[in-house]
Amino acid sequence: MKPSPSIGIASLQLKTNIKQMKKYILPSIRLTLVFTVILCVLYPLFISLAAKLSKGEGSGEKVYLKGKTVGYKLIGQSFTKPEYFWGRPSAVAYNAAGSAGSNKGPTNPDYLKEVSHRIDTLLKYHPGLQKNKIPVELVTASGSGLDPNISVAGAQIQAKRIAAYRQIPLSKVLKLIETNTEKPLLGLFGPSKINVLTLNIALEKISK
Amino acid sequence: MQTEILGIVATFALTLIIAIPLGSYLAKVFAGQRVWTNIFAPLEKFIYKIAGINPNEQMDWKQHLKAMLTINALWLAYGFFVLLYQDKLPLNPDGNPGMSPHLAFNTIISFVVNCNLQHYSGESGVSYLVQQFIVMFLQFVSAATGMAIAFAFFKAFKEKTAVKLGNFWQHFTLSITRVLLPLSVIIAIILAFNGVPASYDGKDQITSLQGDSISVSRGPAAAMVAIKHLGTNGGGWFGANSAHPLENPNYLTNMVEAISQMIIPIAMIIAFGIFIGRRKLSWTIFGVMTIGFLLLLLPTLQSELGGNAKIAEMGIAQPTGAMEGKEVRFGPTATAYWSTITTVVSTGSVNGMHDSTMPLTGLYQLLAMMINAFYGGCGVGLLNYFVYLIIAVFIAGLMVGRTPEFLGHKLEAREVKIAALVTLISPFLIMCGTALASYTFTQHGQAQWDTAPSAWLNNPSFHGFSEMLYEVTSSNANNGSGFEGLGDNNTFWNVMTGVILLFGRFIPIIGPLAIAGLLAKKKYIPESAGTLKIDTKTFALMTLAIILVLNALSYFPALALGPIAEYFTMIK
Repeated sequence: MKPSPSIGIASLQLKTNIKQMKKYILPSIRLTLVFTVILCVLYPLFISLAAKLSKGEGSGEKVYLKGKTVGYKLIGQSFTKPEYFWGRPSAVAYNAAGSAGSNKGPTNPDYLKEVSHRIDTLLKYHPGLQKNKIPVELVTASGSGLDPNISVAGAQIQAKRIAAYRQIPLSKVLKLIETNTEKPLLGLFGPSKINVLTLNIALEKISK
Repeated sequence: MQTEILGIVATFALTLIIAIPLGSYLAKVFAGQRVWTNIFAPLEKFIYKIAGINPNEQMDWKQHLKAMLTINALWLAYGFFVLLYQDKLPLNPDGNPGMSPHLAFNTIISFVVNCNLQHYSGESGVSYLVQQFIVMFLQFVSAATGMAIAFAFFKAFKEKTAVKLGNFWQHFTLSITRVLLPLSVIIAIILAFNGVPASYDGKDQITSLQGDSISVSRGPAAAMVAIKHLGTNGGGWFGANSAHPLENPNYLTNMVEAISQMIIPIAMIIAFGIFIGRRKLSWTIFGVMTIGFLLLLLPTLQSELGGNAKIAEMGIAQPTGAMEGKEVRFGPTATAYWSTITTVVSTGSVNGMHDSTMPLTGLYQLLAMMINAFYGGCGVGLLNYFVYLIIAVFIAGLMVGRTPEFLGHKLEAREVKIAALVTLISPFLIMCGTALASYTFTQHGQAQWDTAPSAWLNNPSFHGFSEMLYEVTSSNANNGSGFEGLGDNNTFWNVMTGVILLFGRFIPIIGPLAIAGLLAKKKYIPESAGTLKIDTKTFALMTLAIILVLNALSYFPALALGPIAEYFTMIK
């Protein structure tokens, strides 16, 4: 802004500035209004209506056991009892109303202690398990704290424990893991995985 | 493992397959040529009529900036009050409280400037009204703002000399009706059919299989997740962003979200060349950007796939890579890929937590945001790159002893001064911001503030410093991702990053458009044997070298204190 030689010119400039502002402010307000209707009302309502045709009708797909809702298919749950397959550690204890990761840095000493503690717990519950057979996702927290999946190996190392606690043959448990393995997209892209909740529901079904 | 690599190769290939035709489509739309989306013309006419706009009125570069700044100021003011009083407004099924003034200040700026830094958590921090009428609205219009200015910039170089650069309101409207909205509808429907919620139901209370009582946050997220990527915004519906299983349910949605955040930035480069009739220049720019992108992506993959050396020491094998902060359904490869694209194109959405990535990955994420021009944000990426181009032309001109020219216009002191200023403002903001935060943390740790500075960091030592450096860098780059361990919802961080966000957005828009406007007015000098050609391989390498040298000089000391020092701690 150039310094004005006199107050008269300054006020004149101010007036033209205000006049110019007016030239822009009315279209601004009106454009905001009309786009609010299009983008914030019509667009999401249309998506919401279209989603009614999807599996969970747009409210999230639920899973049931004996007619009772036991969870959402995509939302991981906390499994602490030894007769269930365990999922990954969660920084928020699987709080589906407050997702978050641990945000621990890779060299943080407290964090590394925690990982080492998780390894010990796994070894305790799985006698005979070799350290280098522990899949890393079972000792590290997920990004969302709600990861519904573990790797196939992550389920396999737990099979013996499940078989013992449920008193069912090991082969049956391994077979269950195999049938519940989700292959990569089109068999080509991304990792194979297991949905822990779905697997545990299947487990409940064969245990009876 | 191979399927994971194959997954990202396919993702990048599909990105290009979609982005390149999209580029020629964009060029046609803004040149007013016939395209099939002309069926939307009546809707646009209706919008112009209601808004009282004459789309044929031509504006010069100053008028473009005035219009842009006016409508942005309006959104800032209106949004601030809605955030403040969201608890008293409708559509709040979860009963979330109103925001504190400093959080509202930060949040509204963050969304207006297309950054989407979030110092709140989606589930508990905002109502559905705010999610849709403020957050999602701004995700559309801030992206459209960037594109509208970019097209004014295109027009500056279309004719030999130009004073008038089209109509801002028209560019803005077309960006939404012809690009952002139709593509968002397609993406949102794909997402909804893969499990992203889209209904207005609030939290659900259920009993888990094991018998625990849990509540599950939901809401009409699909519509927002689409534009959050397409517009390179990045602000998530849920706190965990696209790592959340309801925001990014499977590998297919992960590919769709990764592709959608890159297509417009790449398409804009292609469109530029077609629009001004210099396709070779477009491909040269695209080539430099792609080399830059790969130079960041490949070492990122190496760093993440190698896993955490400290965990390997404990005897744990990490055959697919580091898993802390990552999701099993994507795996380390797709998460590493995402961390690169989200930092180069300024989206800032995440599908895994950056705070927990390996030290060198953090270095590449920071570098990507510092450079901020390898593809870059929706519309503004090309503007950032243009500033580097001007500097490169100037330096090359000095080297060969000729008056520097850019596309037939003489580059003089005024334009170079503006470019230098824009180039310097980033390191200035990043360094000063980080220095201020570090000083406060070390010297006034016990200050009686809403959060004592000593409680800011989630990690000790070098990584703690990286948390602060990342936050400031992300704000300046209008990126919006974070080392989220940082306790940033307090007066200090909300105000400081809020101010940096404003400068980091508007100076890199005003500067390049001013240069373009000034150049376009000058007399056209026909190309001769003595003209420095800017679409050659030599000049492309020159530009890449300038970008790398400028950024290395500016940021190396800070990077050495953060991620580089941490790396050496890890492998020691």
